[in-house]
Amino acid sequence: MAVDEGLKIELGKQGVFVTTIEELYNWGRRNSVWPMQFGLACCAIEMIATTMARYDLARFGAEVFRPSPRQADLMIVSGTVTKKMAPQVVRLYNQMAEPKYVIAMGACAISGGPFKQGYNVLKGIDRYIPVDVHIPGCPPRPEALIQAFMTLQKKIDGQSLTGENRPRHLNAEAQGEFPVPVQGAHDLEPASNPGVWPVPVVIQ
Amino acid sequence: MASNPYFSLAILFVAALGFGLAPLGLARLWALVFSPGKPNAVKNSIYECGLVSRGDAWMQFSSAYYLYAIIFLIFDVEAVFLLPFAVAFTGLGVEPCGAMLVFVLLLVEGLVWAWAKGVLTWE
Repeated sequence: MAVDEGLKIELGKQGVFVTTIEELYNWGRRNSVWPMQFGLACCAIEMIATTMARYDLARFGAEVFRPSPRQADLMIVSGTVTKKMAPQVVRLYNQMAEPKYVIAMGACAISGGPFKQGYNVLKGIDRYIPVDVHIPGCPPRPEALIQAFMTLQKKIDGQSLTGENRPRHLNAEAQGEFPVPVQGAHDLEPASNPGVWPVPVVIQ
Repeated sequence: MASNPYFSLAILFVAALGFGLAPLGLARLWALVFSPGKPNAVKNSIYECGLVSRGDAWMQFSSAYYLYAIIFLIFDVEAVFLLPFAVAFTGLGVEPCGAMLVFVLLLVEGLVWAWAKGVLTWE
């Protein structure tokens, strides 16, 4: 049962602090989002800059880049996802432990960017895995990545522990595996995961 | 029972055990009540660099490293035996000295063999 916000402030003034398991849980998760250590293209350079002293991602509890998907909470898809690389990215996402989040960083990761009309670049990683935050830019500045982090923290904070709208990792029925595409004769097969990305209808 | 000198140690042991097991138990409880596990074949695969593992891990390695093992024996393990020998040298008779000499000569033989094989040449 949620405590009324006004009552909470009033109680706080009197030195009584109340909280819920949900709040504690989200507070803990939001302040230690460990990203996975992998970069795909030039956006990764900006991601590295974000973690360094000048921009200091450690302020958000996300400075621990894990070299293994088992220990990571967040996948920052930083850069161009070629069709050769896409199966590996999806496989790594599958190997991450729940709860897991994805930030698609830069024009290429969200849509294919300048290579959208090309033959060998995936037109957005959200065709295969659910993306939580998209940030445009070519590449996005470190401030933009920090903005994405803050957006993600707000999202985590708003997730409910029970009920119909609870996130995927708390729902036993929700989809846990995201099919890894394979290299076909001309394109990746399947070309997208319809459970994640609805194929737009083209009207001639 | 409380008069036993090890009683406080027993209490500490139980506390240490609880300190280790309580978080594991709480995590398990959390998984049971709220967050169900969703294992699948891709998630449980051993290799975690994004690629599918190929072939068998039970392959044979080249035995060329035996040379390093021999050189290690000659120069490192020998020193371990020589040090107590040198410390006790003044109190030793002819027999132990002879035994030690045979041991060192055996290792020197290995060194001569390695030298003749060209192992000591820096390339």
